[in-house]
Amino acid sequence: MGNVLVLAEHRQGVLRDVSFEMLAVAPKLAADMGGELMVLLIGSGIDDLAQKIAGYGTKVMVIDDPLFENFNADKYQKVLSALIDDLKPALVMTGHTAQGVDFMPALAVEKNLPLVADVIGFDYVGGTLKATRQLYSGKVNATMAFKPADTYLATFREGAVEAPEPSTAGAVEKLDSPLKEDLPYRKFIEYIEAEVGDVDITQSDILVSVGRGLKEDKNLPQIEELAKAIKADIAGSRAATDAGWIPHDRQVGTSGKSVKPKLYIAMGISGAFQHLAGMKGAKTVVAINKDPEAPIFTVADYAIVDDMFKIVPKLTEKLKELKG
Amino acid sequence: MKTFVCIKYVPDTSEAEVKVNPDGVTVDSSRFSFDINDADNYAVEESVLIKEAEEGEVTVVSIGPKQSDVMIRMAMAKGCDQAVRIEDDRIAGYDPLMVAKVLAGAIKGQEFDLVLTGCMASDDWHMSTGVAMAEELGVNHASMVKKLEVLDGGKVKAYRELEGGLMEVVEVELPAVITIQTGINEPRYAPIRGIREAQKKELKVVSLDDIGVDPAAVGPDASQVILEALSIPEVVSAAEFIEGEPDEKAAKLASILVKGGLV
Repeated sequence: MGNVLVLAEHRQGVLRDVSFEMLAVAPKLAADMGGELMVLLIGSGIDDLAQKIAGYGTKVMVIDDPLFENFNADKYQKVLSALIDDLKPALVMTGHTAQGVDFMPALAVEKNLPLVADVIGFDYVGGTLKATRQLYSGKVNATMAFKPADTYLATFREGAVEAPEPSTAGAVEKLDSPLKEDLPYRKFIEYIEAEVGDVDITQSDILVSVGRGLKEDKNLPQIEELAKAIKADIAGSRAATDAGWIPHDRQVGTSGKSVKPKLYIAMGISGAFQHLAGMKGAKTVVAINKDPEAPIFTVADYAIVDDMFKIVPKLTEKLKELKG
Repeated sequence: MKTFVCIKYVPDTSEAEVKVNPDGVTVDSSRFSFDINDADNYAVEESVLIKEAEEGEVTVVSIGPKQSDVMIRMAMAKGCDQAVRIEDDRIAGYDPLMVAKVLAGAIKGQEFDLVLTGCMASDDWHMSTGVAMAEELGVNHASMVKKLEVLDGGKVKAYRELEGGLMEVVEVELPAVITIQTGINEPRYAPIRGIREAQKKELKVVSLDDIGVDPAAVGPDASQVILEALSIPEVVSAAEFIEGEPDEKAAKLASILVKGGLV
């Protein structure tokens, strides 16, 4: 039986997008592998979440226990380990998220099972499961084939596909928790919300966003001048915030903010998928980058292949002139 | 505190053209510049900060070619005390579970409090090696950590960076593997004196046999995945590419933005 077990991810009472996105690929995969799709939800007081995900036409198995009030890698690993023994799924899929990456590699080692991480697509050909993933700044795709194993493990990239629409209601089944008591080695303390800065970039109409291409903070004034000329706020990629050029609360991307400006001007940003995920709400995108292969161009409406510093001063001057 | 820090020598492909070799499973790396993996650089800094605050020693562990000695010496110039470099062409380097076995093999049998490593390698993006290594070593872990505090009583407080900038704070009993996220600290430049001292520090070059790891257990036959093919995805862009000399391009863009009512 080629059953596919998908772990639905949730946090602070909300199902994460990746939980639905996995349902865009998992039903076909289960059918191709000759099995059925089972969605697993682990948590405490999660009836509403179970109903919601069951509304995508899938069978949902729920482990609802106060032990799982908060995510804990050790506990999730124990539960998945027991369920793999009991249910013998052909594939276990989780999000390639801060949750998934925190326990799936350990589970793979514990059970001696194959793992492919950060998958963007699956293919089941002639009895072999293949997974596509990316390497080298997203410039190369790799096809990984799983060797025959009782269970394959995979983590699926958030934002790789669009979530499907809800359909009919599937059945919800409660499972007993395989974990009977708390584990002492790792203790959840608290969540700390992201810091709030002077400007909330999620509300900005125009964003001028800089990346590694800024090179050093002494190059910031010319960006500020451009931003001032068009009443834009300044944001940055992870590289720009890690380097301390741009405040952390202005980071666009999976680990920062999701923005939805009318105009997004990306300068010296290569466009790692984590960044693209954070700016997919932008209406018009301008990208300036000297690398013609930069992934940022795949989402741009207007593109300039050049050194940003050769463009910015003239662009600012012209904008000032035209806007009077 | 006795700390191991695992680092990787990676190509910078952010602005480079990447070509797949005729074998279909490797890329032509002859024109890439290599350096320490970004997140590992932060892990080195964190290990040195902990050593400075808590005393103890830091050992660098890396799998890589002779050329990567430059990177390892640099980590020692910043304050790491000694290093082990595993050089062996029998490792299935494309499978992080095999890499984790090798790194764990180099550490096993020695006392330690912490193993630090970057949460992701910038070349292959698995985010798997550190967590797999924790399981191989039979110790606790926390991944994607952006702030780390050493507590009394053999524990650390780890601030894990989740999506959306939310932090999950957990307490983890030592020994543990902590995977470090970029931005956790400000990596220092190596001081001149450190660079000189690093030349005198021990850098052991070992094979799998030297560290007691069975080559058959970490090679392509042991790996349960096959790297079948690499391909260059077509960059599909619906963008209007603005052409001309830099000044012309800038002027054209300004005009598009203003005429289109975008600014």
